[in-house]
Amino acid sequence: MNFELLFVFAINGLMVGILYGLVAMSFVLIYKASRVVNFAQGELLLLGAWICWSLVTRYDVPFWAAFLITGIFSSILGILIQRVVLQPLIGEPLISLIMVTVGLSVFLQAVLKGIFGVSPRAFPKVFTTTHINVGGLNFEVAYLASAAFAVVALGLFAYFFQYTKFGLAMRATAFNQQVAQSMGVSVRQVFAISWAISAFVSAIAGVVIGLVNGVSAGLSNFGLKVFPAVILGGLDSIIGAVIGGIIVGLLENLAEFFDGQYLHFGNLYMIVPFYVLIIILMIKPYGLMGTKDIERI
Amino acid sequence: MAALVPRPSGDFRTSYIADKAIFPSRNSAIICVLGILVLMAAPPFLSPYQLSLGIYIGIYAIAALGLNILTGFSGQISLGHSAFFGLGAFGSTYLSNRHGMPVPLSIFCSGLIATFIGLFVGIPAARIKGIYLAIATLASQFLLEDFFSRASWFTGGAAGAFAKPYSIFGYQLSGDRLYSYVVLIHLIVLFLFATNVLRSRTGRALVAIRDHYLSAEIMGINLTGYRVLAFGISTFYAGVAGALMAHFTGFVSAESINILLSIQFFAMIIIGGLGSVMGSILGAIFIVLLPETLEFVVHAFRATGWPVVAQIGSSLDFIKEASIGLVIILFLIVEPRGLAHRWQYIKAYWKLYPFAH
Repeated sequence: MNFELLFVFAINGLMVGILYGLVAMSFVLIYKASRVVNFAQGELLLLGAWICWSLVTRYDVPFWAAFLITGIFSSILGILIQRVVLQPLIGEPLISLIMVTVGLSVFLQAVLKGIFGVSPRAFPKVFTTTHINVGGLNFEVAYLASAAFAVVALGLFAYFFQYTKFGLAMRATAFNQQVAQSMGVSVRQVFAISWAISAFVSAIAGVVIGLVNGVSAGLSNFGLKVFPAVILGGLDSIIGAVIGGIIVGLLENLAEFFDGQYLHFGNLYMIVPFYVLIIILMIKPYGLMGTKDIERI
Repeated sequence: MAALVPRPSGDFRTSYIADKAIFPSRNSAIICVLGILVLMAAPPFLSPYQLSLGIYIGIYAIAALGLNILTGFSGQISLGHSAFFGLGAFGSTYLSNRHGMPVPLSIFCSGLIATFIGLFVGIPAARIKGIYLAIATLASQFLLEDFFSRASWFTGGAAGAFAKPYSIFGYQLSGDRLYSYVVLIHLIVLFLFATNVLRSRTGRALVAIRDHYLSAEIMGINLTGYRVLAFGISTFYAGVAGALMAHFTGFVSAESINILLSIQFFAMIIIGGLGSVMGSILGAIFIVLLPETLEFVVHAFRATGWPVVAQIGSSLDFIKEASIGLVIILFLIVEPRGLAHRWQYIKAYWKLYPFAH
């Protein structure tokens, strides 16, 4: 067994996993606040990547400025989506809530394909060195930076939810909308802010992933990988989402390792998370950390 | 036809027999029979293009009806409907090519294959509901897609599979004109079957589960049994529709079975109306004609020589795709009960004219 290679795959899995966790967290944020299942998370990510890419390559904006503009634009778009698309559907059945984001995902994906084309584009070099050597192993700087960014973002979120007044309002809304509203929390505002944060984080994650892999329509697949992650971690647990994302990232890379070394099925890493998803739904539908629904009559 | 959606004010039923009737009035029965006769008589007069659109509508309507039975009537969300559509398409080509099964029989059998796999998905799915079910069916879509691309003995792998033309009693029905009758007959039989199932005990049980599953269970309805049954019926319809599509286009490839097709099926039932048999046809008509209309409009504008429109040509495919997403959003916001409901309102308006409210 090639342990060195296994180790490289595991480290890669961990880094990709943190990014999955970040996207999964932004998915859970919306779900927790407003019980909306956002099937368009991957498209928000792709949108961020494309905006930053076009700012950098077409308009020669320095990368850090483009990074910020992308974030701000995405948050505004998130609020807009919430106001225009989801506000009218409050109180509608679950099918409507699910399908409206599915429709949104189809719409955004097609529009992005129409504007930016379907062929993958590489980001211009942002970091001067592409690889650094840690303990005899080569790591891509962009990956390391993205992992570092993700950890910082997660830390900021923990602070935000735990210690700020607005974080408290969001937790209250997630706990019980009616009670939160009667205590003077503006639920509409919470919904809007949760979409803004979620879109912001997804877009930034998209830029970070785009730096490593280039930008293409396939990036929106990240949005699909969110589902195994959140089901694994529990749909309404932010920490669970991060852990689930890391597990999915690790699983994917381990599957690729064993596939390449021993099994030779080909493309196993693409499908393994979904098998895991089905198994988890069968044996532990509320995931590792999700709250169990108790039906009351 | 049977529609288990809220009715507009003034549209009353005074007996159980009236509530169970396939046709609410004699006139609607006459119109329906006349409509079928017109459709029977129409193919010789239609252009090949119109004919193929008609066949697409027929096939998609069958699949949409299947999804509507599952989602509209029993309240279970499936985002993996096109996988079963694909299962039917590959199943029928496999059975007729490899095992020499006559095509009419292989279409039916491929429906059964889809049902069999559908039950496999359905039995675990009966335990979960709502968002979990949506995600589980989405995953099953990807798993089946993955299976299609791997199982080259079944699907022909990356090269795809060629389907035989439809033939019955040694007589080959070649050409779209004759095939349109095949689709029409399947459509009528399957719609009659669905209408009859849905106005019976089974249909009422499904609706009860959709509306309040706990109450339904307390009333003695076997929750798991009926949920799985709904999955079975729904996947049978998808399988038959897929098989019909395979023998129409003559070729099936794994790439054509994708998540977008599943979403299109879902768009059909949302646009047509969840929980309405008639709505499934209306939705299929809408979704098939929407891209064609867009193309027609763009071509019409291009003739005027507008520079802005001339550029659209290359991205027309994306506009078509985006329009599907857009109509889903718009219908959910503006008319969540779909065209069937709108049609009922229009009828009620004229029934009570000039005193409609």
